[in-house]
Amino acid sequence: MPSLVRVWKENKLRIAPWLFLSPGIVVFSLYILLPIFQSIGISLFDWDGLGEKKFIALANYSELLQDEAFFTSLKNNVTWLVLYLLAIPAGLFVALFLNQTTRGIRIYKSLFFFPLVISQVVVGLIFSWFYDPSFGLLNTILAGLGLPTIAVLADERFVTYGVIVAGLWPQIAYCMILYLTGLNAVNPEQIEAARLDNAHGWRMLWFVILPQLKPATFIAIVVTVIGALRSFDLISVMTGGGPWGASRVLAYYMYEQAFSEYGFRMGYGAAIAVVLFAIMLIYISAFLFKMYRDEKGR
Amino acid sequence: MFPTPVQQTSRPTRIAYQIALPVALVLWLLPLIGVALTSIRPAADITAGNYWGWPSSFNLIENYSAVFTNSPLAAYILNSFKVTIPTVIGAIALSSLTGFALAIYKFRSNLLIFFLFVAGNFIPFQILMVPVRDLSIQMGVYNSVWALIFFHIAFQTGFCTLFMRNFIRTLPFELIEAARIEDVSEFKIFWHIVLPLMRPALAALAVLVFTFVWNDYFWATVLTQGAHAQPVTAGLHALNGEWIAAWHLVSAGSIVAALPPVLMFFLMQKHFIAGLTLGAVKS
Repeated sequence: MPSLVRVWKENKLRIAPWLFLSPGIVVFSLYILLPIFQSIGISLFDWDGLGEKKFIALANYSELLQDEAFFTSLKNNVTWLVLYLLAIPAGLFVALFLNQTTRGIRIYKSLFFFPLVISQVVVGLIFSWFYDPSFGLLNTILAGLGLPTIAVLADERFVTYGVIVAGLWPQIAYCMILYLTGLNAVNPEQIEAARLDNAHGWRMLWFVILPQLKPATFIAIVVTVIGALRSFDLISVMTGGGPWGASRVLAYYMYEQAFSEYGFRMGYGAAIAVVLFAIMLIYISAFLFKMYRDEKGR
Repeated sequence: MFPTPVQQTSRPTRIAYQIALPVALVLWLLPLIGVALTSIRPAADITAGNYWGWPSSFNLIENYSAVFTNSPLAAYILNSFKVTIPTVIGAIALSSLTGFALAIYKFRSNLLIFFLFVAGNFIPFQILMVPVRDLSIQMGVYNSVWALIFFHIAFQTGFCTLFMRNFIRTLPFELIEAARIEDVSEFKIFWHIVLPLMRPALAALAVLVFTFVWNDYFWATVLTQGAHAQPVTAGLHALNGEWIAAWHLVSAGSIVAALPPVLMFFLMQKHFIAGLTLGAVKS
């Protein structure tokens, strides 16, 4: 038997996985893993994307500490994160409302789910129009109630909240579907037993249902946190970071610094991206840690 | 079942629920209903400020054909398909291989590689932006649909691997052991035994990846410019800049852009939800 064939026969189960993995690993390393390290590298340089790179060590990071726009973005990221989490109880509430078996309920469920399927660009356009100061629905309603109208997206005080509300719309739909699936799997015997023990309403929800919904809650937290920190599309479409940079978040500010008419400061942009990455790494590690425990558990 | 099924409650509760359902739905979709209504209004209604009243005439065909004839929207949509379809095929092909490898074989770095794929899903796009743009320029694909296809395949492979690996793990392992005893080659095990059983996972991923990639906006703006390569999300943003105050056209364009993933969702709802809620239920 030729030796190569023998090597293959004897080590089949050791070599085969790497053959199956190799195309995926090559593509994934080239486009995802390697660029992370390249970005960290670029953040140590002064670079306009075309000309000579100049090594400046941590100067980009120390500039960040002096940069008011950076702190505005960071503060907005925190606002996004906190308010986005409201999608979880809201989604649970909608799921509880829809968890029935009346006629046509399936169509209701899919229509409630609708906003998640639509592109955030379209969601952004829909809400820009909803907020429009002269004819938007919001101001039509406010005027109808005799209240003063608000130009939500042109007002530094409201703009971030206005964009977050637009983002919550699909995010609530996402959490709702997670909880609807979770509620489907709740053990009916436990509910009956709890009913016999006279548990109702909130007590039932809190002590019997929610503990069983833990996996759904966990996924809801993960996707909501990541969604909040990734927010970019809505800001780009609805406000372009304005007015006067009041609605920027790190993801958007990075793009602005590296790519827009404000200049091509690749190094500085990369430094902002590294900060955002470091923040997200906390959540990524927590998620992987939980997955690791689950994997070891089975 | 929780909450208590309305069928078991009093008559007034039942009636209240039946009324609350459509009311809640209309409120929930109100922004969307407004847009749909605007997309069939004549331009005269827009200038007259008639946004929420009855349309003075129904311009469904006029507005939607105007969107296609007076703008490159059709080209943008074609680009979206050109990006989305190869990405779906590529990401599913790569991830069925990686998912199979990680689910079936035991080797030391298995979990580490799996976690790298999983972690890749959650990173912010911005940390990839500058190097991926440079890479695309070096490969000569910058500002073409290929720049988007390559990147999306790589990125979606992470999510798809997570999904495939967990799905294959639920299949009976005895099948594979039996095949090995029969001396069936590893690739044939993948191709003839596992792949046919993966159909539900393939369908779920196809709809999900289609929707994710169709709705991508960030990479569309980073890697492409202009109507020859940009997909409809970026195109819509550009058109919105041109159609200032032509809200009937913006609305019609938005609806057209949203339609393919919406149709996909309604046709394959079960698979779509199975994919999105992966892990939301303890198995």
